[in-house]
Amino acid sequence: MEPRVAVVGGGTGGTIVANLVARRVEAEVTMVSRDAGHLYQPGLLYVPFGWVEPEQLVRTQRSLLDPRVRFIHDTVLAIDPANRTLRLGDGELTSDTLVLATGARLVPDEVPGLAEAHHFYTPTAALRLRQALDEFQGGHIVVGVAGVPYKCPPAPLEFALLLEWELRRRGLREKAKLTYVSPLPRAFPIESVAEVIEPVMTRRGIELATFFNVEEVDPSRRVVRSLEGDELDYDLLVLIPPHRGTAPVVADGIADRGDWIHTDRETLQVTGYDGIYAIGDTTDIPVSKSGSAAHFEAHVVADRIAANPNGAAPTYTGKVMCFLESGEHQATVLQFDYNHPPRPAAPNFAAFAMKRLFNRAYWYLVPPGRV
Amino acid sequence: MAVELQETKVDRTIDARGSYCPGPLMELIRAIREARVGEVVEVLSSDTGSRRDIPKWCEKARHQFLGIVDEPGFARLVVRKAR
Repeated sequence: MEPRVAVVGGGTGGTIVANLVARRVEAEVTMVSRDAGHLYQPGLLYVPFGWVEPEQLVRTQRSLLDPRVRFIHDTVLAIDPANRTLRLGDGELTSDTLVLATGARLVPDEVPGLAEAHHFYTPTAALRLRQALDEFQGGHIVVGVAGVPYKCPPAPLEFALLLEWELRRRGLREKAKLTYVSPLPRAFPIESVAEVIEPVMTRRGIELATFFNVEEVDPSRRVVRSLEGDELDYDLLVLIPPHRGTAPVVADGIADRGDWIHTDRETLQVTGYDGIYAIGDTTDIPVSKSGSAAHFEAHVVADRIAANPNGAAPTYTGKVMCFLESGEHQATVLQFDYNHPPRPAAPNFAAFAMKRLFNRAYWYLVPPGRV
Repeated sequence: MAVELQETKVDRTIDARGSYCPGPLMELIRAIREARVGEVVEVLSSDTGSRRDIPKWCEKARHQFLGIVDEPGFARLVVRKAR
C-alpha cells in the first residue's frame, strides 16, 4: 500500500508540501482545507488604498494543486495525534505522515475595544478600512500592532509608509498626523532593519511611540492605552489584532497557551510525535509568521518526506526572505536565518520592482514549488 | 545574585536563541501576557541586544527583572510577572 500523506491547511506552506510530495513520492496525498479558495495575503496591504480588489488575490485551491493531490474541502474538528487521525466535519482521515499547516487566526476580542479599530488582514477588514480612508478628511491616524506574535512583521510598517505617501497624493498630508506604535524600543523587531527604516519615518514625519503594547481601546473617547501605561488619542486607528494558532486542530499537549504547536525548529516535527510535521504560522518556532517562512519550511518538510530513510534528512535553517515596501516606489529586501541577521539596503526602486513582480509571479512560482 | 538566580524556580523557559524576528523581547512579552502574576519566565537569547532591551522593557512595563545568567554562547534572562 502506498504511504498516506495528509496535509491540513491550504495556505502557502500546505499547498507547496502537497504538490512537491505528490510529484516526488509514490504516495496517496490528501489535502484538507476549510477554504475552497487560496488567498494571497500579502496583497491585502494594497486593498485599503484601492490599488487592488480582494477578488484579484484569490484562486481556487483545486487549481493550484497537482492533479494527483486529493482535495477535501472540510473542517478539521479534532486530531488524534497518536494515530494521526483527523476527525472531519464529514468522516475521518488517517495517515502515515501528517503535515499541519493550519495558519494563525485573528483574535481581536482579546483586547477590549479592539473590534472597533481597523486592520487589513482579512478582505472584509481591508475594505472597511478603505471606506474609512476614503472618508478621512484629517486628524490623527495611529497605526501599529495590538499583540505579538503577528503575521508578516513588516506589514503594519509598510501600511504606515504607504499611507503617508497616499495622503500626500490625495492632498491630505498637511491635515494628518501619523503615529506608529511599536511594542519594542524601535520601529521593527530586527535592529538592523530599524536602523534603515527609522530615518525614513523621520524624514516622512511619522512619529514613533515605542514600548507601546496595546492593552485596550476606548472607542467612545477615541483613546488607545498600552500595557506600559501610556495613552494616545486618535481619529483613525489601524491596529493588527492579536493572533493565535488554529484552535480546532489543537489536541491536548500539542500546543502552548497561545495555541501555537510545539515544533522542532530544525526538523519541523511536532514535539513528541514522529510522523507529524508543522509548518508556517501555526508553529511555535521563533521565526516570523510569514508566507516566506512557510514557503522555506514546506520545502524542508517535502524533502524530509521524500528522503531515503537511511540518508541525511534536511533541516530548516530559519530562512526567511521578505520585502519591506516604503512607498514612493521604493522597497528593501530582508533576508535572514537563525545565524545571520538581515543586512538590508536603503529602500530602492529595484527592490520595489522585484516585490511587485513577485506579487504577480507568486501563483506560477510558489504554490507549485518551483522556487 | 547569580547563585540565587540559579535556584529561582522558573515556570517557563523560552528558547529564543537564533531568533531575530520577532526576536527574544517579543517572545518574552508574549510569554508574560500568557503567564500568571508571580510566575517566572526565562528567555534564552543569543542576541546581545536582549541584554539591553529586556531590562529596559521590564522597567517601562513594571515587571521584575531578576537578572542574567551567562551560558556559553547565550544568556538566560529571567523575569517575574509583577502585575
